[in-house]
Amino acid sequence: MIEAWLRADGRKGIRDAIVVVYLVECAHHVARRIVDKVDDPRVQLIGFPGCYPNDYALAMMKALIVHPNVGGVVLMSLGCESFNREALARHAQENGRPVETVVIQQSGGTRGAIDAGLAAVARVGAIADAQAVRVPMAMSELVVGTICGGSDGTSGITGNPAVGRAFDTLVDAGATCIFEETGEMIGCEGHMAERAANPAVADALIASVQQAERYYRAMGYGSFAPGNAEGGLSSQEEKSAGAYAKSGSRVIDGVILPAEQAPGPGLYLLDVVPPGDPKFGFPNIVDNAEIGELIACGAHINLFVTGRGSVVGSAISPVIKVCANPETYRRMEGDMDVDAGRILEGRATLDEVGAEIVSLIAAVSAGAQTKSEALGHQEFVLTYKASAPAGPACMPVAA
Amino acid sequence: MTPPAAIRLSPSDNVVVCCRSVEAGESFVVEGQTLSVTQAVPIGHKLALFALNPGDKVLKYGMPIGSMTAAADPGGWVHMHNMKSDYMPAHLRDAAGDQA
Repeated sequence: MIEAWLRADGRKGIRDAIVVVYLVECAHHVARRIVDKVDDPRVQLIGFPGCYPNDYALAMMKALIVHPNVGGVVLMSLGCESFNREALARHAQENGRPVETVVIQQSGGTRGAIDAGLAAVARVGAIADAQAVRVPMAMSELVVGTICGGSDGTSGITGNPAVGRAFDTLVDAGATCIFEETGEMIGCEGHMAERAANPAVADALIASVQQAERYYRAMGYGSFAPGNAEGGLSSQEEKSAGAYAKSGSRVIDGVILPAEQAPGPGLYLLDVVPPGDPKFGFPNIVDNAEIGELIACGAHINLFVTGRGSVVGSAISPVIKVCANPETYRRMEGDMDVDAGRILEGRATLDEVGAEIVSLIAAVSAGAQTKSEALGHQEFVLTYKASAPAGPACMPVAA
Repeated sequence: MTPPAAIRLSPSDNVVVCCRSVEAGESFVVEGQTLSVTQAVPIGHKLALFALNPGDKVLKYGMPIGSMTAAADPGGWVHMHNMKSDYMPAHLRDAAGDQA
């Protein structure tokens, strides 16, 4: 049974993080020192480095600080950055999260702000504990994201399709599942459109992949890393076909944008590529930028499939790592939650590994630590991006 | 059960995927064909199931994943030295190496 934290907006969380948020790179060191000194895995560091305004980053941060896995917020401001600290604090408050703001320029600089921040974390944590409401939560109330990173020729045969089986089970149970990313669906858009809930969703799926293809062409690089080639993948479309397998086989209900909440249960594609010409560089500079976006879309847990091997976790929501390659698993067992590579060695079937992933999701939701949580991984990346207008995600779920 | 050395993911595929690292000179049967491995390749890499010629579409998962740029014999390694994406080039770390 999942015992969850009930939030003011009715959403339920499986963790109760206190996030220390640097609102500009100038406040990063002070915020990190606070988190280091507290030395409690519950207290986590997130932030945005830039000083110029960015609607996307603000929308992301607003979604993240009221994520159901977050119980309290401490904002660390230098004092002159453009991020609207008052609006963020108000947003946290309106959503029932205890929040304090420390302004370094007004708190005696580094030493004074660290002391003020430590006191703020203690107060916010105490209020979060005092107002905690624990309630039962069903699997159908979960939002689960999936991403693959460090892919190789095994990812599309074992790890991704096993996650696809798990997604099928979750969607059938009434949960909300989100897969990304459009740049790794190039070549699969026709297949996806055939699975769309209605013609409007089919059009949105195709348009989002076409947009990704235009964007990556303009940038000069696709979503293809040297390690992908070393692991046997020879082309973007080959990588895509493998990545697409993690979506499973159920009807695709819609396309959502970063920081948007899915309008209802079902299966959604997260469109990570902004519209128009490239403006701020690559849509996501690294896997953790996408994990952050899935979390901002409400994901309680993310399933991370890797063939080459990745060690990352994340702040706010646990990451379950599914290792597609049996040789990689043996080298990196301490970081891997699931050995999907045994499918290749005839020691398990896709269905068995899919069922194992679903069991693990239940256990992690109930409080069990993932390998990356136990190792203390809390990677977080948020950079500039062009905001896409609220679009296809707003379409109603097919009746 | 002894796992297969390589598998064909879809009946229309003209390549197979290695389920383990294979050695040069090794041979095994896949889909009724005996493949002789011409060079060692790691797990997850592709071998030609049939003779492939430049311009042929490479089919995996029953989908085209690119086109051949050079010939490959059955059992030959199919990768960026003899096939390329039909969509966009792939960046490699070794600039002197194979550039699709």
